[in-house]
Amino acid sequence: MKKNVITSSILWAFCLVIALPGLAIAQDVGAHADGKTGDSQSGKALYRRFCVGCHGEEGNGLGENAQWLDPRPRDFTTALFRWRSTPTGNLPTDQDLYDTITRGIVGTLMPTWKPLNPQQKVDLLAYIKTFSPRWKTQKPGTPIPIPAETPEVIESVLHGRELYDKMACWKCHGPDGRGDGPSAPTLTDDKNLPIRPYNFHDGTRFRCGETNQDLYKIFMTGLDGTPMPSFADIIQPNDAWDLVHFLRTLQPFVHSKSRELWLQYAKTHPDIKPIGVE
Amino acid sequence: MRIAYFCCLGIVVLVASAMLVFARPPAGGTITGKVSYTGTPAKMKPIDMSKEPTCAKEHNPPEKTQTVVTGPGNSLEYVVVYISAGEKPSGPPSQVMRYDQKGCMYTPHVLPLQANQPLQIYTDDPVAHNIHPMPKLNSEWNKSQPPGAPPIEAKWEKPEFIAVKCNIHPWMHGYFAVVSTPHYAVTDEQGNFTIKDVPPGKYTVTAWQESYGTQNQEVTVSAGAATVNFSYKALPY
Repeated sequence: MKKNVITSSILWAFCLVIALPGLAIAQDVGAHADGKTGDSQSGKALYRRFCVGCHGEEGNGLGENAQWLDPRPRDFTTALFRWRSTPTGNLPTDQDLYDTITRGIVGTLMPTWKPLNPQQKVDLLAYIKTFSPRWKTQKPGTPIPIPAETPEVIESVLHGRELYDKMACWKCHGPDGRGDGPSAPTLTDDKNLPIRPYNFHDGTRFRCGETNQDLYKIFMTGLDGTPMPSFADIIQPNDAWDLVHFLRTLQPFVHSKSRELWLQYAKTHPDIKPIGVE
Repeated sequence: MRIAYFCCLGIVVLVASAMLVFARPPAGGTITGKVSYTGTPAKMKPIDMSKEPTCAKEHNPPEKTQTVVTGPGNSLEYVVVYISAGEKPSGPPSQVMRYDQKGCMYTPHVLPLQANQPLQIYTDDPVAHNIHPMPKLNSEWNKSQPPGAPPIEAKWEKPEFIAVKCNIHPWMHGYFAVVSTPHYAVTDEQGNFTIKDVPPGKYTVTAWQESYGTQNQEVTVSAGAATVNFSYKALPY
C-alpha cells in the first residue's frame, strides 16, 4: 500500500515536471504572420541582440539609446500601437506588427529589418507580446475594410478639400498641410512629449507607408497614443477616398493625378475660398 | 375543526412568506460631508481661447482652469467621494451617462460612473473636437467629433480615474471617474456631498481630487445620516 503511494507520487511529480514547460508555453499568447508561427524564447534571444538598445530590457522604450532619440522608441508595456489596420482602441494584428518591423518607420531610428528572415521576425513578435498583459486579455481588433479606390477626378479633390476644412484637419496640419496649424504647437503624445503633425508639403512618404491605401488607413483607424484621431465613425468610405485625393494635392514632391487636376483648377479659379477662414 | 385549524395555519404561512418576498430592505442611510483644504491652493488662471474665436465669444469673463476649484469656507469642488470597500459588488446600471462639450469646455468637469455603464459623449459646439481619453488600465482611443456628429458611445471596463482631453483645444480637460459602486457623489460649489440609499453597515469611503489624490476614511452607516469630512493639504503650485 505504502509502495503504491510512493510510486504514484513520484509519477505525478515526474508528470508535473514534464508538464511545466508546457504550462510556460501555454502562457505565451503566440504570434502568427506570413504563414509562420513565432516562439517567444527564440524571440527573446533576437530581441537582446537587435532591439534592447533602444526598446530596453523591460520593453518599455527606455533602452540606452532612447535618451537621444526623437521620436522615442515604442513602449511595449502599454500595448498601444500607432500603425494598425484595426479600429482605434484595439490591438493591432500580428501582420500589422510584422509589417512595421519589416518596413521600419520613416523619419525615426527604427530601421527596416531586412537582415532578419520571416521566422525571426515572427519570433520577435511573440516575445514582444510578453511585455504587456493586455495581449492575454484582449484579442486584436478586426481590420477595417478598405474598399476599392474611387476615381481621381476634380470633384473628388474638391470634396476632399471641403472635408479637410470641415473636419478641422487644418487646425493641426495647417491650411497648406505644412504641419503649422494653430493647434500644432501644443500637441503632445501619450508620454506627454511634444509631437508634430505630419507635414504634407515637405513629406513624400508617411511613417507607415506611401500608398493611398496606407493614407486611407491612417485617418480611418487613428494613430493611438498620438493626437491623431480616428474619423471612421464620421466619414463614409467614398468621402475618405476624396480626402485621400485632396491630401495628395498638398504634396508637391509626390507626383499624383489629383495634384495635376488641382493645379489646373486653381489656375482657372483664383478666387477659391482659402481653408480655415471662418 | 381540524379543517379550520389547517386553514388558519395555511393563511399564516402564506402571509409570512408574502412578507418575506415583498419585504422592503432595511431603510437606507446617507453619508454626507464636506471636503475642504488647509493651506494655500494654486490660483486658477483664465483660459485663453483666442485660437478658437467661436468659443472665446461665449465666455465673458473667460473661464478659469479647473485643476483645483475652491469655494466658500475653504471648500473643494469636483471631489469624487465613493464607497471603496465593505459592500457586495453590484452589476452596472443600464442608465446611460452623458458627457457634453459646450463652448469648448467639458460638462461636467468630472463625471462619475460605474464600470461597464454605457456612456454617451455629445458635442453641442459649432467647431470640431476630438475626444481623447487617456486611461492606463482601460484601452485608450481617440475619435474625431465634428459639429453635428452623433454622440460617441463608450464603456469603461475597469475602475480608474481617466483624464480626457481634446488635442485641438489644449485647454479642455475633464475626467471620467469610473468606480465599481453605485454609491458615489461629487462635491458641489460649497464642497458638500450626499451619498444616498446606503444599506446599514461598515464601509471605507474614499475621496479623490485630481491634483491631490485619494484619501480613505471608515464610516458606519445605520438608519440615519452618517457624516464624514475630508481635508486636503493644498499646495500653491
